[in-house]
Amino acid sequence: MQSSNSRRFTLKALTAAVALTTFSALPALAADTIKVGILHSLSGTMAISETVLKDTVLMAIDEINAKGGLLGKKLEPVIVDPASNWPLFAEKTKQLLGQDKVSVIFGCWTSVSRKSVLPVVEEMNGLLFYPVQYEGEELSKNVFYTGAAPNQQAIPAVDYLMSKEGGAAKRWVLLGTDYVYPRTTNKILRAYLKSKGVKDSDIDEKYTPFGHSDYQTIVADVKKFSAGGKTAVVSTINGDSNVPFYKELGNAGLKAKDVPVVAFSVGEEELRGVDTKPLVGHLAAWNYFQSIKNPSNDEFIKKWTAYAKAKGIAGHKDKALTNDPMEATYIGINMWKQAVEKAKSTDTDKVIAAMAGQTFKAPSGIVSKMDEKNHHLHKSVFIGEIKADGQFNVVWKTPGPVKAKPWSPYIEGNSVKPDEPVKK
Amino acid sequence: MLRRIISGLVIAILFIACQAHSASLAELKAIAIGEPDARIEALNKAVVNADALTAAFLQALADDAVKVAGDGLVVVKDGKGFDPISGASMPVPVGAEDVMINNRMRGELDSALAVLKLFSKDDKIRIAAIKQLQSDADESKLPLIEKAFSAEANAQIKEQLGLVRAAALLNSADKTKRLEAAKLLGTSTQANTKTVLLARLQVETEPDVKSALQNTLRQVEASLAWGDRLGALFSGISLGSILLLVALGLAITYGLMGVINMAHGELMMVGAYATYVVQGLFQKYLPGAFDWYLLASVPVAFMASALMGAALERSVIRYLYGRPLETLLATWGISLMLMQLVRTLFGAQNVGVENPSWMSGGVQVLGNLSLPYNRLVIIAFAVFVLLSVAWLISQTRLGLFVRGVTQNRAMASCMGVNTARIDTYAFALGSGIAGLAGCALSQVGNVGPDLGQGYIVDSFMVVVLGGVGQLAGTVYAAMGLGILNKFLEGWAGAVLAKIAVLVIIIIFIQKRPQGIFAMKGRSAEA
Repeated sequence: MQSSNSRRFTLKALTAAVALTTFSALPALAADTIKVGILHSLSGTMAISETVLKDTVLMAIDEINAKGGLLGKKLEPVIVDPASNWPLFAEKTKQLLGQDKVSVIFGCWTSVSRKSVLPVVEEMNGLLFYPVQYEGEELSKNVFYTGAAPNQQAIPAVDYLMSKEGGAAKRWVLLGTDYVYPRTTNKILRAYLKSKGVKDSDIDEKYTPFGHSDYQTIVADVKKFSAGGKTAVVSTINGDSNVPFYKELGNAGLKAKDVPVVAFSVGEEELRGVDTKPLVGHLAAWNYFQSIKNPSNDEFIKKWTAYAKAKGIAGHKDKALTNDPMEATYIGINMWKQAVEKAKSTDTDKVIAAMAGQTFKAPSGIVSKMDEKNHHLHKSVFIGEIKADGQFNVVWKTPGPVKAKPWSPYIEGNSVKPDEPVKK
Repeated sequence: MLRRIISGLVIAILFIACQAHSASLAELKAIAIGEPDARIEALNKAVVNADALTAAFLQALADDAVKVAGDGLVVVKDGKGFDPISGASMPVPVGAEDVMINNRMRGELDSALAVLKLFSKDDKIRIAAIKQLQSDADESKLPLIEKAFSAEANAQIKEQLGLVRAAALLNSADKTKRLEAAKLLGTSTQANTKTVLLARLQVETEPDVKSALQNTLRQVEASLAWGDRLGALFSGISLGSILLLVALGLAITYGLMGVINMAHGELMMVGAYATYVVQGLFQKYLPGAFDWYLLASVPVAFMASALMGAALERSVIRYLYGRPLETLLATWGISLMLMQLVRTLFGAQNVGVENPSWMSGGVQVLGNLSLPYNRLVIIAFAVFVLLSVAWLISQTRLGLFVRGVTQNRAMASCMGVNTARIDTYAFALGSGIAGLAGCALSQVGNVGPDLGQGYIVDSFMVVVLGGVGQLAGTVYAAMGLGILNKFLEGWAGAVLAKIAVLVIIIIFIQKRPQGIFAMKGRSAEA
């Protein structure tokens, strides 16, 4: 009892001391650096996708620092590894915001990790930039979503596959990893397909656990299902399960011209470990591909190649690849920088206000704009076919940027939700 | 292979050369550039009277080797440019852009090429072409298919081609032809036939054709169902063989020696990384023999894990015999250390281990059943490892000692057996087999620091279910779990199947704690 009492006392004293030093130290610290948190899995099943995003943030930080920093201060990265462990994401966020006092966090890939971080960021009034396409159904004042909402990726992809050019698919296999993003996306897609007159018997929804590696049954089922009419597969498989999935697809001889597979989480980086020759023609829908030709993309690739070489980033130093979430991360950190400059402060509320309507010349070739209200970017949608060299051949794109609809109209009750974060 | 196809093509072209006419640049350009519908129309027109030039051009298009440069076209092979009309070599112009080929165009090109190949002299090429056409024969190709059909001399190929012809005739305007086609298709074992039949059924208006179609559909579905069942069985056996490999090492270290080795999965990971290292060495020093790196990596993976296992036994585990709880904690700690070691050495990300080319693809057994080579190789490998282990345990002196020591340590020691050394050997053997499992896993899954974590539960499940101390039990348990899992997965999905298997095992172990096979005799109580 006594010891617990004394511990409590020490704790109190410590807190007071910390508070005091923080107050007194704040001006001194502030003069030094602005801290930027990086919250990406560097190990575990998601490391295949997320590691490179950490390096993208570091590259952008280097770039900003080389140009004299921000508000006269240097940016200082604080890197943590939540190790593909969803509760750990929340813990690490607490550490970043509470202990390291970062001004902004760039991080998360899977929606389950974002959902785990969300309450912490809202509670501690932090700022999170989330760079990956996701299922929508969320709008937080403290988060900026620089990846695509469903209407900027999933729905155009399905539209393309339904068109004559895309193969006029009549039957659909919705295949995903078992968590919130694939489940919600497939719910939206199911409703959308139904609105287009596709029957329930022509939709087959399948899920696998994270890290699943035996896709024999699933590929055999897809093959069987496809005998009933022109079939397309919409894959929301995440992480390193994609490698065995595509290997199995190639071995089973399921060709893209018979059963095209369109993936929402597979880009240049995920295909690195796969022999892409049997996969030629399978599709991916993104808002950026490395193969897009325009001056700002050339510059982006050149910068990344040089950076990867200089830092000796595994894989990229020999064969530098860029992908959509990297682009989204890069846009995010640059927009944040512009917003901080506009607000002349790193204060969360001031930066949030300054973010509205920010524009940035995106590597995808458009001038990307942060929506004035809904915290999402306006984006162009591209659909690419896998080429033998692991790059994508863009076969379809939207005429211009599309505004994000985080609340999909294909989910009941969403029509009444406001297109901006609700004030609390 | 490619050369044979090309020579076959040339012969094919000569065969129909009497009516062929030389293609002009304008015609080739109409196929390469423009609106998709117009391109496909141009393609279908060109196929009807194609010459060698057009065929070579189509092949180049299908290979993604054609580029557009200003007003002209250029075929690029191995970095050198060729004029598509004259075949003369020419420099590749700067800024030449790839011709846009999407899935639809690729499909049309493939079937156009397949039609041309129907006239090849080589049986194999014709058979391959027929296989291709089974999925996408349409009426525009019918004249050429008819021609090839009447010219075909090989009865077997003629029968196959007849099915392709029937599939194309199914949409004919002539009712008797449709009826005949519907009847013919009943012997088909191809999944594509079902697709064609279903599509026709939806638009068919004549009642007697409709009933003929339905009859045929039933026949085709019945033969397809067999392929499905065999496919599920095969994937069950394949999963079972992986489980067997994964559990066999544990059957020795845990089953025979009684060491609860939580680092078993990490010993597999060591084997997988050994495979990765061997692959890297081959890539660097023996790129010509790259396809055979896997054979070299089998002994390397075994030795790497066996040495690691021996080191573990000597340094930690031998002090903990007979203290299961401490062993469990210690080996768990070791597993964390091994994982961190690999992370430090190789990085936290997965590393890419490629299949050698002879392990890609598969063998077509039935119309809708193809067995991938990598799975077949792993099944054979599992059988090989199992037989070797069984032989080692039952026939060799080492095996005799291992059995002796595990059954009665004191007595074996009295007889002059160096029990400590036997323990080390046995543990190293079990670890080495884990390494072999890792080598096999690198061919089907991802190789990363936490590779072992995904399999440790499975391997304990197999050993406990099979009955501790029994190799035969491990085999039955692995195969049983593999097949059960795959059949449940086909019926309830991957997530539910995994849960169901665990529930079934819990119930089984409650009813029969000693596993499928119980050890009989005194040693069981020890």
